Amino acid sequence: MNAQVVTANRLADGQVVYFTSQGGWSETIADGAVAHDKDSATALLLRAERAVAEQVVVEPYLIQVTHKDDGDILPVRYREAIRALGPSVRPDIVTDRSGRSITTHFGNS
Amino acid sequence: MYRYDEFDRTLVEERVAQFRDQVSRRLSGELSEDEFKPLRLMNGVYLQLHAYMLRVAIPYGTLSSRQMRRLAHVARRYDRGYGHFTTRQNIQYNWPSLAELPDLLMDLADVEMHAIQTSGNCIRNVTADHFAGAAADEIEDPRIYAEIVRQWSSLHPEFSFLPRKFKIAVTGAPSDRAAIAVHDIGLRMVRNDAGEIGFEVMVGGGQGRTPMIAKTVRAFLPKQYLLSYLEAILRVYNQFGRRDNMFKARIKILVHEIGIEKFSGLVEEEWEQVRDELVDLPPGELERIRAYFRPPPFDPLPDVDQGFEAAKTATPAFAAWARSNLFPHRQPGYAIVNLSLKPVGGVPGDVSAEQMDAIADLADQYSFGEIRVTHEQNLILPHVRQEDLFALWQALEAQGLATANIGLVSDIIACPGMDYCALATARSIPVAQRISTRFAETERAHDIGDLKIKISGCINSCGHHHVGHIGILGVDKKGEEFYQITLGGDASEHAAIGGLIGPAFASDEVVDAVETIVETYLANRINGEHFLDTYRRVGPSPFKEKLYAAH
Repeated sequence: MNAQVVTANRLADGQVVYFTSQGGWSETIADGAVAHDKDSATALLLRAERAVAEQVVVEPYLIQVTHKDDGDILPVRYREAIRALGPSVRPDIVTDRSGRSITTHFGNS
Repeated sequence: MYRYDEFDRTLVEERVAQFRDQVSRRLSGELSEDEFKPLRLMNGVYLQLHAYMLRVAIPYGTLSSRQMRRLAHVARRYDRGYGHFTTRQNIQYNWPSLAELPDLLMDLADVEMHAIQTSGNCIRNVTADHFAGAAADEIEDPRIYAEIVRQWSSLHPEFSFLPRKFKIAVTGAPSDRAAIAVHDIGLRMVRNDAGEIGFEVMVGGGQGRTPMIAKTVRAFLPKQYLLSYLEAILRVYNQFGRRDNMFKARIKILVHEIGIEKFSGLVEEEWEQVRDELVDLPPGELERIRAYFRPPPFDPLPDVDQGFEAAKTATPAFAAWARSNLFPHRQPGYAIVNLSLKPVGGVPGDVSAEQMDAIADLADQYSFGEIRVTHEQNLILPHVRQEDLFALWQALEAQGLATANIGLVSDIIACPGMDYCALATARSIPVAQRISTRFAETERAHDIGDLKIKISGCINSCGHHHVGHIGILGVDKKGEEFYQITLGGDASEHAAIGGLIGPAFASDEVVDAVETIVETYLANRINGEHFLDTYRRVGPSPFKEKLYAAH
């Protein structure tokens, strides 16, 4: 199966965030803790869900990701790529702190 | 323009105070997301892909310059410097934070704006002909009645939890610029044989996964009975509309299932009861509201301004703009000016805070401080002297708001699509950008003529693709974006739902497909026909042959 990370929207400002291995939340998908099998994915989601009761995030869920050769992580589905990198039509608004733009995923089409 | 009375003001301010309390209880954990979600939706706050989204109501699409400046302030202070005008004459902000939303709403309340009933299963913001009060073909200003409906439907206790959302549109002219046939209720002002003014009442139109054209439930309703008749329709819907299945809950399904005759009978029966309940406005109240929509103090001017005519001859680019972006005004010497929010390669409906401020200034200078929002995601300065048009055009050019393309191939409606929307199945905006870039050449676009392309990123159809002359629907096929094309849709007084032309196109094929459709039309066009005329005459076959010949 694919590798997975946990994503959610932050309660206070709605921003897209990823659950990190330190148990926090990052705006950058590369910081996300990666689960490589079903059991660890379930466990990761369970840990992340504590943040719902603590008013940190809303509706966390697992997404599939792929590892790039350079160690980078990108979502498999284009919906999640747009969430990770910002609207494809506003390259000036990059939500990923690593500075990648959405064209990383879609090319220039 | 309508101004709030003390009741309106109190109601909006109380609502902001309530919402402030609700937000603070959500942030402290006193309210769970399940408890909070219906409360935020009642205040127009959605959680989208990237952030919260706020939808602000612009009743019947009318804005003052003061309100536009405040929208610019909101874009700067609380958002990322822009806003997005929608197909419901509203504006959406894509990046507000939850914690700041109560302050944002208070800033809007200062200029008599709010986000109440822009979401939820209630009567939504009432829309109207964007040329209201200016159109040469108008019987009466529809905004008077839209405002009456707005007041009646605001926090109406009986209609706050309908089976599903409910949209009403009003036009005062025979030319339908408000897409009334695809609304839950469409109201068209008409004259009867005795010359009296009333409404043709249409019910059960809509788009989404089950698109339908509204049916006439009453050919002539004397206008003094507007509210009692609407109340009767809503009561029948509230009682018989389905609540067991969200996809069958709109009034169009009820009308379709029981038939227009039976539905009409139920409404008339209910109306007989309701008419005695003092729902309708007393004549004095109607006149009080009418006074808010009195025409501005126009100057007496000749029909044609010679300077305007000379400027068109001298400046071809200005002439092209005048041809596509101006419409006849009822007042001699004036014109209705369309500001295109569809620059080549731009995002349909997006406006920056700087542009909003500039538009407000131009409205003050040239159009009695009045601005309109169209359901086609453009803006209008409704009352401009012909002698001012050249100076206005230059100012609009400088702001990127003078693309000469209103009603043409590049004046595309596109919903936010997957770039912003949590419901979307594919992106819409990039398709619109690529099509407008392909057809960037003004002369070519003008030669193609009237052509409405409408793009939705999912079957909910916010991009009105069902009624696009060319409709494009984004779908997800095994993780790839594909686009279905429909032809022959029409949102005008000759409303029609478009027909699917064949299998969907991959993202990198869809612009070529649109060009093939346009070229096929041009090859078949006779005597300067519009696209729709040709399509209706020749049918889908020639288009299908060209589109799928290579496949």
